[in-house]
Amino acid sequence: MTSPDIAIIGGGNAALCAAITAAEAGARVLILETAPKPYRGGNSRHTRNFRCMHHGPLGPLVDSYTEDEYLADLMKVTGGKTDETLARLAIRTSEECLPWMEAHGVRFQPSLSGTLSLARTNAFFLGGGKSLVNAYYRTAEALGVAVEYEAAVTHLELDGDRVVRIDYTQHGETQSITPKSVVVASGGFQADTDWLARAWGPAAKNFLIRGTPYNRGVVLADLLDQGVEQVGDPTQCHAVAIDGRAPKFDGGIVTRLDCVPFSIVVNKDAQRFYDEGEDVWPKRYAIWGRLVAAQPDQVGYVIIDAKSLELFMPSVFPPIKADTLEELAARMGLPADALIETVTRFNAACGDTSGFHPTELDGVATTGLEPPKTNWARPITQSPFYGYSLRTGVTFTYLGLKVDESAQCAIGNRLITNLWAAGETMAGSILGQGYLAGFGMTIGTVFGRIAGKEAAAHANAN
Amino acid sequence: MQMQTDLLEEARRQAEICNACRYCEGYCSVFPALHAERAFSDGNLTQLANLCHNCRGCSYACQYTAPHEFNLNLPQALANVRQDSWESFAFPRAAGQAFQKHGVRIAVATVIGFALLFWAIHALPTAGGDGFYAALSHNAMVAIFLPAFLFPLVSIAISLRRYWRHIDAGPFRPAHLVAAFGQAANMRNLKGGHGDGCNFEDEDRFSHARRRAHQAVMYGFLLCFASTSAGTILHYVFDMPAPYGFWSLPKLLGVSGGLLLVVGCAEMIRLKLRADPELGATGAFGGEVAFVGLLGFVGLSGLVLYALGQTAMMPALLAIHLGAVLAFFLLTPFTKMAHGFYRLAALTAEAGRKARVAG
Repeated sequence: MTSPDIAIIGGGNAALCAAITAAEAGARVLILETAPKPYRGGNSRHTRNFRCMHHGPLGPLVDSYTEDEYLADLMKVTGGKTDETLARLAIRTSEECLPWMEAHGVRFQPSLSGTLSLARTNAFFLGGGKSLVNAYYRTAEALGVAVEYEAAVTHLELDGDRVVRIDYTQHGETQSITPKSVVVASGGFQADTDWLARAWGPAAKNFLIRGTPYNRGVVLADLLDQGVEQVGDPTQCHAVAIDGRAPKFDGGIVTRLDCVPFSIVVNKDAQRFYDEGEDVWPKRYAIWGRLVAAQPDQVGYVIIDAKSLELFMPSVFPPIKADTLEELAARMGLPADALIETVTRFNAACGDTSGFHPTELDGVATTGLEPPKTNWARPITQSPFYGYSLRTGVTFTYLGLKVDESAQCAIGNRLITNLWAAGETMAGSILGQGYLAGFGMTIGTVFGRIAGKEAAAHANAN
Repeated sequence: MQMQTDLLEEARRQAEICNACRYCEGYCSVFPALHAERAFSDGNLTQLANLCHNCRGCSYACQYTAPHEFNLNLPQALANVRQDSWESFAFPRAAGQAFQKHGVRIAVATVIGFALLFWAIHALPTAGGDGFYAALSHNAMVAIFLPAFLFPLVSIAISLRRYWRHIDAGPFRPAHLVAAFGQAANMRNLKGGHGDGCNFEDEDRFSHARRRAHQAVMYGFLLCFASTSAGTILHYVFDMPAPYGFWSLPKLLGVSGGLLLVVGCAEMIRLKLRADPELGATGAFGGEVAFVGLLGFVGLSGLVLYALGQTAMMPALLAIHLGAVLAFFLLTPFTKMAHGFYRLAALTAEAGRKARVAG
């Protein structure tokens, strides 16, 4: 095929924002998406909102959300491991992104039921991330952007400070193109479980991957092997505790379980291992990914009783149900005697539960129990009993390409003149650890647009 | 009223996944109603199915459609339950099963309608009336069409009562019916929440094509109905029997309604042919297209009859038009036409649910 001005590797939010921006600047753009069309969009297809700074009501967002408050929220979740310059750039630019998104086909809806706490900070996509992806593909194609699906990029040939060739395979054939500019927006490596196991240890083989099976980090590895500058802790990934029956890949949002605060969680030996009531679930689901990963076989078991069943969002699969704890243990493959003993000890440590309040830290705690449960501690007594298994679900990896404020990649201490990166693959440049809901889409949109603009300027000048 | 459990089970499986996701909450009336439940009774699912307008927005936005192992196809799951509910609640039930999904039978019934009217025009005395009444007397028309009009009304009333009980909708309030009419009048549920329309004829592209076609059909039908009503009033109240000139109320309403019907039905069939059949009810395509064809033919034959009513072809054209009208009326409770009544009932019940939530 004739080489385009710009090749964009990846087909999610960041790639599409780059493609649209570059096409609007007059460049001929080609998107190389490794997934087949039904799975296009990478992890963006599982997203649901965009965290956005705003002064006064904006689109679906109420009140105001200032740069400083946004940055403070980010600093809190990352424990300060944040590149403040790039973070401020992302935050500041997010405000102009929202109308840009609307102008390019994205539609928003009021905050979803169960997410009212985000009505001020996060703009929800009507229909979720896949509808955003669909809208961007429509917009991009109307601008003349070419899209190749099942086009797996295998290698970027670097000559000094320039990418001179891209190799990819499609339908069993190897193709090469020589675009003037290249944007890498192909996500992290979390779907390559061998790589995860090398980074994390063999336990990672038992992790579930919440998002696309197509983020295998092939391009990332190829570039890092050639000495392109990297950022982020290679041994770390963002992981949360999810329904243990979730599919290995692509389970997405529905696999979340919000029942931990109203439960006790045991390991496969029916022993508790952490304070289930430490904080509200949105602030704790991420640490539970790690806690479960540290248990034998990387699995946990949530036990609740009838009085707690309707206190949390419905689960995608119904819970395992039994009239007695003994029967529940049998159904869940847990040692019955040990489970009964654990529950009995927990129940005995519960005190006055009259102050129980499911949506705030109520201080209804155990006494003399190790580990304690410091909120929502009510005895597990009311039949029927319910159980869920918990596994570690990986959302994304932190290792990525280091970029500057122009989203440009570097090798040694020199910029690569025609290579930019956007989205999850460079998010490690901003986020050192932790995660803030909706910030991934902010990074993808802001840096996708920057990368598209810079790539087009370079292509148009050469 | 036994509905098919396998269809309900599949809808339940899918609704439970949707309830854990909620991304589609803004699209239409189905999702807020769905998210209000934790477990789905057969009645819940039947009501959700009749709230669904098959706009398909949720399906193209869904990250769990095939080839994903969750294999969600909510538009089809709900369409199947909806279709089954119309068949199950039909009175008599066998008639619902005989026609809903069977285009050929609808066509045969229409031909029988033609034959009956040819026979009536040939065999019944006309008593020397003017215009169309020269072919078939007014009294003969009334004798044929009054029962053919009343029977469907009674049948549908029985069906809706069955539906209302099945979904456990609670007491009926006129205010909720008014709210339902408001939604139906502008087809809010085909606007897609954002006002860009629905996904139908071109995958995930939003357009108002189906909503506009549906509006043309609905308002075309209502204008034709108003035309007939106006004629009846002129005949009985003002002692002004047909024929009427072009600038009379029956003709103005009838001609504009007929044009809208013809254009709307033709567009509806064009869109249906382009849409993905996998997102509609299984096996219902033939029955749906035959029904839309019959409705469009009622409009077209009426227009032709008007245009050529002064020629020797009039008696034959009259038999064909009235035969189509007869078939249409009698089949109303047993074809896609029934959906309008169920839709109103579902929207009324949903208005009631929302009012109860609001307290």
